[in-house]
Amino acid sequence: MRSTTPKTPLQQGIRDAAPFILVVTPFAIVFGVVATEAGLSIAETLLFSIAVIAGAAQFTTLQLLTENAPAVIALLSGLAVNLRMAMYSASLTPHLGAAPLWQRALVAYLTVDQSYACSVAAFERNPSWSLKERTTYFFATCIPVIPMWYLMTLVGALIGESIPESFALDFAVPITFLAIIAPMMRTPAHLAAALVASLSALSLTWVPFNLGLIIAASLGMITGAQAELMLTKRGLFK
Amino acid sequence: MIERPELWYVIAALAAGSFMLRFTFLGLVGDRPLPEWLLRHLRYTAVAVLPALIAPMIIWPAATGGSFDLPRGLAALATLSAGLWFRSVIVSITAGATTLYLALYLFG
Repeated sequence: MRSTTPKTPLQQGIRDAAPFILVVTPFAIVFGVVATEAGLSIAETLLFSIAVIAGAAQFTTLQLLTENAPAVIALLSGLAVNLRMAMYSASLTPHLGAAPLWQRALVAYLTVDQSYACSVAAFERNPSWSLKERTTYFFATCIPVIPMWYLMTLVGALIGESIPESFALDFAVPITFLAIIAPMMRTPAHLAAALVASLSALSLTWVPFNLGLIIAASLGMITGAQAELMLTKRGLFK
Repeated sequence: MIERPELWYVIAALAAGSFMLRFTFLGLVGDRPLPEWLLRHLRYTAVAVLPALIAPMIIWPAATGGSFDLPRGLAALATLSAGLWFRSVIVSITAGATTLYLALYLFG
């Protein structure tokens, strides 16, 4: 057996992020299809993905616009879904905070679930990495994932029109979201947050301007935080 | 039909806002620690917002005029169960899509 030389941060980043192509591809195609079904042009759909690169937020905003919710509500709901990016940003700061401003701005644009998850794990595995090695690794994780996000959105937008109604693509959005949420139920606190949020959303559909969504999400977050406090006090959290 | 130019404003604002959310700490806040109560709430944003968004879409699907639909309900249940059990997005989507098409074929 040939001894393997240690891989460079560039190679490691690409290799670690490569499996996420399997997650990003269907999600991007579905977005492309759903967006064109909602009446967006191919250019608008692609621009949406390039400008925002955040599938869940894009779906949320698009869904609310399709339901004729006020633009401000659609925007706020999309941003609420993206609040976790602020957490990612906070958690990357100790590792990448010393990089030049233009690099930090680029890191910020490219901060998505996949690049963040890979990078934080790698930085913890390799505490001896220099700043340059860390930034290289971060950008390397984006190489398989981000271009695929653009490209597959385009593919979805191009094939969208040709998909017949019997494919029930209306339900692609809830299924994709459920599939993303379910593995996130790591603790009883997460489960409680999700339960309270969904039940509140169902009982608050009468609230005007889709504000029920914001209220339900806030109730869910408060529930999660309180449940975490209670579980921590009893020594049951994590 | 989504109005223009409203759509373009929303896309631009969502892009700018998302960038700011991603840039705030890395670019502006620096190494200063955040208050623990804020972090505790931020940890639950995704698991609160996303379920709140899709719960009505599952119970009252637009495709069936807002009345509960058995194939779609079963598909949601299968997606959720597979996701909770296998902790995999791909397995979960596959389970949901398979159930949906099977149920639509059987009951639709």
